[in-house]
Amino acid sequence: MAYLIQGETGDWEIVIGLEVHAQVISNAKLFSGAATTFGAEPNDQVSFVDAGFPGMLPVINETCVEQAVRTGLGLKAAINLKSVFARKNYFYADLPQGYQISQYELPVVGEGELLIDLADGSSRAIGIERLHLEQDAGKSIHDMHATKSFIDLNRSGVALMEIVSKPDMRSPEEAGAYLTKLRSILRYLGTCDGNMQEGSMRCDANVSVRPKGSTELRTRCEIKNVNSIRFVQQAIEYEARRHIEVYESGGTINQETRLFDSGRGETRSMRSKEHAHDYRYFPDPDLLPLVVSQDFVDAIKATLPELPDDKKARFMAEYGLNAYDAGVMVAERASADFFEAVAKGRDAKKAANWVMGDFFAAMNSGDYSWEKPPVSAANLGRMIDLIEDGTLSGRLAKDVFQFMVAEGKDPAVIVAEKGLKQVTDTGAIEKAIDEVIAANPDKVAEVQAGKDKLIGWFVGQVMKSTQGKANPGMLNELIVKKLKG
Amino acid sequence: MSNLTHLTIAQALKSMDKGEFTATELTQAHIEAMAARRSLNAYITETPELALGQAKAADDRRRAGTAGGLEGIPLGIKDLFCTKGVLTTAASHILDGFTPQYESTVSANLLKAGAVTLGKLNLDEFAMGSSNMTSHYGAVENPWKRTSDPAARLVPGGSSGGSAAAVSARIAMGATGTDTGGSIRQPAAFCGITGIKPTYGRCSRWGIVAFASSLDQAGPMARTVEDCALMLNAMAGHDPKDSTSAPMPVPDFAKALTGDIRGLKVGIPLEYRPDGLNAEVLKVWEQGIEWLRAAGATPVEISLPHTKYALPTYYIVAPAEASSNLARYDGVRFGLRVPGTSLDDMYKKTRAAGFGKEVRRRIMIGTYVLSAGYYDAYYAKAQKVRRMIAEDFRKAFETVDVILTPTAPSAAFGMGENMDDPVTMWLNDVFTIPTSLAGLPGLSLPAGLSSDGLPLGLQLIGRPFDEETVFKVAGVMESAAQFTAAPEGI
Repeated sequence: MAYLIQGETGDWEIVIGLEVHAQVISNAKLFSGAATTFGAEPNDQVSFVDAGFPGMLPVINETCVEQAVRTGLGLKAAINLKSVFARKNYFYADLPQGYQISQYELPVVGEGELLIDLADGSSRAIGIERLHLEQDAGKSIHDMHATKSFIDLNRSGVALMEIVSKPDMRSPEEAGAYLTKLRSILRYLGTCDGNMQEGSMRCDANVSVRPKGSTELRTRCEIKNVNSIRFVQQAIEYEARRHIEVYESGGTINQETRLFDSGRGETRSMRSKEHAHDYRYFPDPDLLPLVVSQDFVDAIKATLPELPDDKKARFMAEYGLNAYDAGVMVAERASADFFEAVAKGRDAKKAANWVMGDFFAAMNSGDYSWEKPPVSAANLGRMIDLIEDGTLSGRLAKDVFQFMVAEGKDPAVIVAEKGLKQVTDTGAIEKAIDEVIAANPDKVAEVQAGKDKLIGWFVGQVMKSTQGKANPGMLNELIVKKLKG
Repeated sequence: MSNLTHLTIAQALKSMDKGEFTATELTQAHIEAMAARRSLNAYITETPELALGQAKAADDRRRAGTAGGLEGIPLGIKDLFCTKGVLTTAASHILDGFTPQYESTVSANLLKAGAVTLGKLNLDEFAMGSSNMTSHYGAVENPWKRTSDPAARLVPGGSSGGSAAAVSARIAMGATGTDTGGSIRQPAAFCGITGIKPTYGRCSRWGIVAFASSLDQAGPMARTVEDCALMLNAMAGHDPKDSTSAPMPVPDFAKALTGDIRGLKVGIPLEYRPDGLNAEVLKVWEQGIEWLRAAGATPVEISLPHTKYALPTYYIVAPAEASSNLARYDGVRFGLRVPGTSLDDMYKKTRAAGFGKEVRRRIMIGTYVLSAGYYDAYYAKAQKVRRMIAEDFRKAFETVDVILTPTAPSAAFGMGENMDDPVTMWLNDVFTIPTSLAGLPGLSLPAGLSSDGLPLGLQLIGRPFDEETVFKVAGVMESAAQFTAAPEGI
């Protein structure tokens, strides 16, 4: 099942590691009290610390540490009770201090693991190398003036978690599944909103290739700051093919940082750096080592929500969903909660079909969100109850569902107002059948001559005359009896 | 009234409490003295109007019975402390026109105690130097003269050279200093005053322009031990805005001056007596030992075996931190900007023009020792040695209560001397640097005069956060030394 790229010299395997920068959900920045809201006016959320003014000192924000530990626990990772902040030194106009405070030798979170779900329903564990806390830089805006750059420091100092995977992924699909799962976990935990468009989750992909069967790790290239899962997959595919082409034409790959041009669907070398960066990492002398107690970690552990993998397993066991359906349901905490509210005490498979079918379709067709769903879980549940008790046929339910979307009313009210109750009165159905039979003697003759296909036509005609309200099961039975009886 | 500037802080507080004169009069006397001694170049910025406004408010509070611990005392602030609304330069061209919108915690604490601030005192650029010769605003002159050559202009030491000269010349009753490797103690010794670098973490570093974060520590400089204790009472304290500031209560340091040191053990480190130590320095040191013995303390010879590695260790650690701390002076947001053809070109031109030679030298050393391939050999090793030096002290303090050493290897030298080779200049701090590396409190007080009429200082080193013992012993030595000499013409 391995994903291989066929080259001229044989099959090649891709080796992928991902570094994700996830913006921590917190009211204040990592080392200053300034606010972190997205979309504020430029330079409106900047303290003297964030602007690197003389004499300013960083003070760690405990909430950010808590969020990092929470994320580490969600990734089943080792929590380092002692970690160290280090300075990464480089000059840039949007880096006011001239260094980024990050973690280097001792990150707050060590090795962990993330289970990815693949399209064929299988799962695979991807290793997490580490998670560390660091400050974001500001933003340089180069297109507002002919010769000058504008600097917005709102983002300067915002807390990021850099989550580094092991080079365990072997295909663009796996990389996509990793990002999807990571984003899902972060959202479940409430530690990052996972919004790639707004830049609160950014991904760097490290890509190399090797001949099938080889275990070597060849030179990798890092593709920086790709801002959607689809682009990450495209970038990896492109980059892998580029490496193969270079190798097969006798060339070598240089370790470098590349950019993905989503318009052209290709990666290219970042403006050649005249000076290779030497970041001169050293422990930040303004900050003491970060020490957290086991009690602190345990307290966070005690408040962890049920995470997607556990929830998926439970949905499969408790509700009898298959792996695929369960995977879809748990992708977001809100969808899982919605499903559970609908499924509770009802036929889970039916609930799943309604949620994944008509409900998701409605969700995608308009301006809806989990906060403002097209139909409430309670109403959808009651509608399923009406199917179960025979008030609605599946067909009628689809109409009722559309009225619920449009009017937001309780399904029972809609049934009453619109007269959509299913007809289960044998006499009424027989009467309707008799009318159709009487009007179509030629077709009756055909059926009786053995043209069974026409039975469906009769069903349709009766449904039409009853405005779809006839109970389909009874209708079928009665028609067959009358025509062939 | 003309001798108001000669009072100690403690005397002035008593007199003002008794109503003998007002803070306004005391401040006015200092403003006049500052104008008369402007040739010393001790102040970069004088703030007489600000001072008189503060003095008036101090007089009001004293009348209202709400006087603080330093109510109405005119002080100078080293121009490394950010002061709200007052130009702050770090004696560097690169901070041209920088007027902070915030007040450093230490200077804010002094203002809260009622202090009057006369202005911003000159220093070595970014506190890097031992002579005050590296200031962009020109050298500071030591008010003391050699009896053999009164025309020679001497350095006040550094980096807190303006602070030491001002206190010595009676144009401030006390001053703030900062000490990274000896920057309070060596100039205090050169100018015949008292200064203490408290334990690292005792005073907040928030709002002080950073030189080397793991070493920088603010402290008071004044003419008596008691005055230093009074100032430190106000300056010290935990500050949540500085993660390295110690969450510890601040004792009343002035109360430690009991005069009773009977039974205390005073360590005399062998390693501070190298061959070729200046004979006059040695003599003052021996005299100091005798004073302590006479007061009932017991001198004990101790060994601090890693002392000889302190200077090289310091000149790796401090420049490394400085190279990173000074990266923010890039011409982008404040201070000097020299335009360039690109961002990198602007950086290069701004920093080349904005930083003086010594600062550039230390940035280069620091950048080098942190570079890939050199980090382990220099920075990582220096950190290990630093721990061994601290361990030397820890062991010594198992048997002694305080350590006595000379402050500097010589008396004040002439402007232009020791300038040929940076290392000669750096050797000035050979006795003060180990204390800084270990984060311990160190106090320098004047103990006598050289044959050429210049003050010589002795240093007392204490256990971490035991400034009280240091003050107590210093008080006894001060009484014994009876150092009443003052610079000519003051």
